[in-house]
Amino acid sequence: MAQVENLQKIASQVRRDIIRMVTAAGSGHPGGSLSSADIMTVLFNAVMDHDPKTWTRSAKNQDAFILSAGHLGPVYYSILSRCGYFPTEEMATLRKFGTRLQGHPCTEKGLPGIFQPSGSLGQGLSAAAGIALGKKLDKDPHYVYTLLGDGECEEGQIWEAAIFAANHHIDNLIAIQDHNNQQIDGQVSNVGGVTTYGPIFEACGWNVITVDGHDIEALLAAFAAAKKCQGKPTVIIAETVMGKGVDFMEGTCKWHGKTPSEEQAQQALAQLEETLGDY
Amino acid sequence: MKYTDTGKKDTRGGFGAGLYEAAVKNPNVVGLTADLTGSLKMEKFVEAYPERFYQCGIGEANMIGVAAGMALTGKIPFAGSFAEFVTGRVYDQIRQEVAYGNTNVKIASSHAGITLGEDGATHQTMEDIALMRALPNMVVINPCDFNQTKAATIAAAEYVGPVYLRFGRPGVPNFTPEDQKFEIGKAIVMEEGKDVSIICTGHLVWESLKAADILAEEGIKAEVIDIATIKPLDTEAILASVKKCGCVVVAEEHNNAGGLGEAVCGVLATTAPAPVELVNGGDGFGQSGAPAELLKAYGLDAEHVAAAARKAIARK
Repeated sequence: MAQVENLQKIASQVRRDIIRMVTAAGSGHPGGSLSSADIMTVLFNAVMDHDPKTWTRSAKNQDAFILSAGHLGPVYYSILSRCGYFPTEEMATLRKFGTRLQGHPCTEKGLPGIFQPSGSLGQGLSAAAGIALGKKLDKDPHYVYTLLGDGECEEGQIWEAAIFAANHHIDNLIAIQDHNNQQIDGQVSNVGGVTTYGPIFEACGWNVITVDGHDIEALLAAFAAAKKCQGKPTVIIAETVMGKGVDFMEGTCKWHGKTPSEEQAQQALAQLEETLGDY
Repeated sequence: MKYTDTGKKDTRGGFGAGLYEAAVKNPNVVGLTADLTGSLKMEKFVEAYPERFYQCGIGEANMIGVAAGMALTGKIPFAGSFAEFVTGRVYDQIRQEVAYGNTNVKIASSHAGITLGEDGATHQTMEDIALMRALPNMVVINPCDFNQTKAATIAAAEYVGPVYLRFGRPGVPNFTPEDQKFEIGKAIVMEEGKDVSIICTGHLVWESLKAADILAEEGIKAEVIDIATIKPLDTEAILASVKKCGCVVVAEEHNNAGGLGEAVCGVLATTAPAPVELVNGGDGFGQSGAPAELLKAYGLDAEHVAAAARKAIARK
């Protein structure tokens, strides 16, 4: 229980970081960052075997993570920083000229923790599969994780990768789909037309686990089950709420790529407890 | 001509031979293909190292991403398909995962250019050099025969960083030394001359050498320079030759926009302007036909290179 409470505290601070970062930047993507905050908190703080001190892009002897949905930079940056990959003060530089915290994650600026650039959707699953295959060749028992958006799964490359990963039995690959059912133009089930992606992954040969993406205990159990699966890759379909944690941002596509005003930011922050100290 | 055609061989065969040799030398070399193992002559590698071969099925976009991921773990992936499908179809994947990510991926691009032949314009890319040249961090290599392609493949494996390696389908004269060392970024002076610099790449190197023979009979001494590496371009070698000859022909099996011709013109215009004549596919698509027939029809054979040289000399 102490673990769950601790993770909830981290998630609350991460949500504060997201709001403060995008407000200061004046642009960015708060909605999906908030919906995936619990997933990312659990993954980086209770699931992944990683060490910021010895981290390199080669992912040797560590788990690796690719943010396929690259627009979720704010949640990614907050998580990395709160895990010790770079100073928390650097979050203030998001999207500013010369920053390592580019509008979408990149490797060129040398921000620790980033394995590949992302933002052009649909590509992270392939890169993650490649790292996972490299690990298999090296007999490195570590896992590779990737976070997919649900709208992102409209990209054809996702399904090239899904078929490939199952065909090659890449069981050290675990994908999480942030299923908040929102994308820029509306609901994923309308814009793209798919209500649930689980059966499609299953048909490709994946192990599919569906979970409440805001239930910390359930997420912990889902990751534990995913790691046990042998012979096939696993996708965790995390049912989430867009903008989770800030009432006026919840359940709408309006906050996909829109930032709050100063006043709205204060309203949002009033709903999110400062648990680890603001940067 | 001082070169002897030791027998027609395809440049993709040079890739297959080079891949195998690179794999023998370095256990990190891995191969990926999108359902074209035989077309890229990868069989010897696959038989020798099945555990280092990844069949991607007909999914080129995924193949590029997988290659980038494998490169992060220290592998040296050669990802192969037809030139059109491993450039135009996956330009964004290459841009993000390979060029911007600066991953050690080797893009093995076969059946490039119009000499792909009978399959027609859907498969005959004449734009790939332009696409790949445009990408920061990308090295672009376009060797001229079997032996050079083999050497270039081995050099690509040794070089750390993204490489676009372009080769072709038809059997063509094999005339460069068997055990040559390929130096990335170095132009090769094939014939020395003083009247015109013929700057050429890929299959048109042989056509240019034949053109030099035709010109020699007219008393014209053409200098033939093989630009096996299009990016980074050996500007020093080009400028030295142009200083000596005073006019230039650039010959390539590629369209005008973004090709070697434009690259050379860019160098000359900003440093040492000289008359230039371009031998290339212009601005259009190809069609079905036999390779030699197409080279002639599209103005890319030795006769056309020689005619361009006469024009360039007349403009001096």
